[in-house]
Amino acid sequence: MSATRTVTVGSSQGLHARPAKLFVEAAQNTGAQVTIAKGDKSVNAASILGVMSLGVDKGDEVTITAAGDGAEAALDTLETFLKTDHDEA
Amino acid sequence: MSAAAQSAMKGTGIGRGVAVGPVARMSPPPLPPPAEPSLLTHEQESQRVTEAIAAVTADLTTRGQTAGGQAQEVLDAQVMMAQDPTVQEAVETLLAQGQTGEYAVHTAFAEMAETLQALGGYLGERAADLHDVAARVVAALRGDPPPGVPDPGHPFVLVAQDLAPADTALLDLDKVLALVTIEGGPTSHTAILARGKGITAVVGVAEASRLADGDEVIVDAANSTIVVSPTQEQRAEAAARVQARAAAQAAPLTDGALADGTPVPLLANLGTPESAAEAVQLGAEGVGLFRTEFLFLSSESAPSVEAQRKAYQELLEAFPGKKVVVRALDAGADKPLPFLNDAEEENPALGLRGLRALLTNEEVLRDQLSALAQAQEVTSADLWVMAPMVSTVEETETFAKFAHQHGLKTAGVMVEVPSSALLAEQILKTADFASIGTNDLTQYTMAADRLLGSVAGLQDPWHPAVLKLVREVGAAGTVTGKPVGVCGEAAADPLLAVVLVGLGVTSLSMAPAALADVRAELLRFTKDQARAIATAAVSASTAAEALQAAQHTATTLTNE
Repeated sequence: MSATRTVTVGSSQGLHARPAKLFVEAAQNTGAQVTIAKGDKSVNAASILGVMSLGVDKGDEVTITAAGDGAEAALDTLETFLKTDHDEA
Repeated sequence: MSAAAQSAMKGTGIGRGVAVGPVARMSPPPLPPPAEPSLLTHEQESQRVTEAIAAVTADLTTRGQTAGGQAQEVLDAQVMMAQDPTVQEAVETLLAQGQTGEYAVHTAFAEMAETLQALGGYLGERAADLHDVAARVVAALRGDPPPGVPDPGHPFVLVAQDLAPADTALLDLDKVLALVTIEGGPTSHTAILARGKGITAVVGVAEASRLADGDEVIVDAANSTIVVSPTQEQRAEAAARVQARAAAQAAPLTDGALADGTPVPLLANLGTPESAAEAVQLGAEGVGLFRTEFLFLSSESAPSVEAQRKAYQELLEAFPGKKVVVRALDAGADKPLPFLNDAEEENPALGLRGLRALLTNEEVLRDQLSALAQAQEVTSADLWVMAPMVSTVEETETFAKFAHQHGLKTAGVMVEVPSSALLAEQILKTADFASIGTNDLTQYTMAADRLLGSVAGLQDPWHPAVLKLVREVGAAGTVTGKPVGVCGEAAADPLLAVVLVGLGVTSLSMAPAALADVRAELLRFTKDQARAIATAAVSASTAAEALQAAQHTATTLTNE
């Protein structure tokens, strides 16, 4: 089974630098196969380079898709992550 | 400036330092491996690559653990890049076509770096990290030592294409006189490292690719230049500056003053109470800007009055009898706080930020002022409070009223918006003092986002348009008899600090590391001379001309 969700990114640096690293770690920790897409480009969410190459900025809409057991739970975790601001100072 | 210096190599200077010494070049990245069919099987190549990546990630992890802190975080990110599934897929595809491991790794990483570079800005500069990872894996495949910092056995000026985090993390600072990079901008790792450790550096010097091992150079960060094969005279001049700077660092910690004895209190910009000790050690006469954001950034909601009181008390106790200016919470474009403003804004720099956000969430402001008043009761520091990003007289009146109601007797405003600079006289009739935030004042005067690299050229506090606004505020301070401070980065630039004082600024607040240089520069000029230098700068047409005019006038005055 697979599930899909569209989320607006809340981090003020988007998914660059530290937030990108944290997102990839979070995606890896869910244990599910996750992809993240912006526009028509879709990448493996476990790939920091893939995620950085999307050039996601604050306020962008991204679509996350998860497959495998616990897909919904994985998307719950990642949706919360994406909506939160992870930047300090 | 001499003719020889004008023909020097140009880049972007980081800091104020100058250094003289022989060049040692970082070995250039290895030649790209040729596209030739592998003599091994696909499985064998695949195994070699896996082992090389494992060796490199182990090495980077160890370096990270040795370095700790911010460097470790950057190196951990490099480890993630080395293990990245997207690149590994690309490597596998090339190996399946019968390519060598060296070629596959080099090509796959280079393509990914190109993608990042095309995105520009921050991501573009991360491409250097990726090239470094690839060079390390290729070296491991070839059985070569990892590429890195040379060790000529004597102090040297390190010249590199750009420094990767793995290099900077373990740099032996006793041997490195200065850093010069061919690529890289003011946000590169080299620049960040140089600022953090106070190393003399000039970045983005395209012509530095011509430098060879052993070349004698003068690295002049203050003038953003590299002088190759300097004349005896130039060497002597640089050596004198190195010495003057060392003397300034070692000079007695006198209170800030001009040559004629006019006092110009030198204060510290601080972000946490823990940083107070270092500021006191470096001779700060008080605090000119205490940022309170650290208390709020990690929380979903505002911290309690009691938690805030403890932090403020710790700060005030470090400065008995001294002035401490605390800025009310400054949530803004670069540091949004969900409990103050969670609305999506098209232009957050022009949105509900600074005092505007506090006045729509009065309880946050009232709690903060209560906590400050309580801390004031039990300590002997002279506590001043100020409001961030004030743009009108009404805002000034409201903030001053709140502060006085809470028993805080000295309430001022930050001048960061041109409107409050132009209305400074009316504002200072209500406010007890003004403090100019030059970074934001420059951003709003030049209409150039200070976080945006593509318009960074406009973000220059030497711009005469910015200096004229500072002059307005200085004049208003003189007329009303109220103090006018500067707490932006401009105050940390020694010559610009003299200009600011010449424009009527009465105190300067800066990162503690900059205090010694500014203290020494102020002592060179009288009040009248500072005014003459300021007049020359304000009359210029461009930021570069303002700097030149100030330098020229300063040189003429000191040679008289």
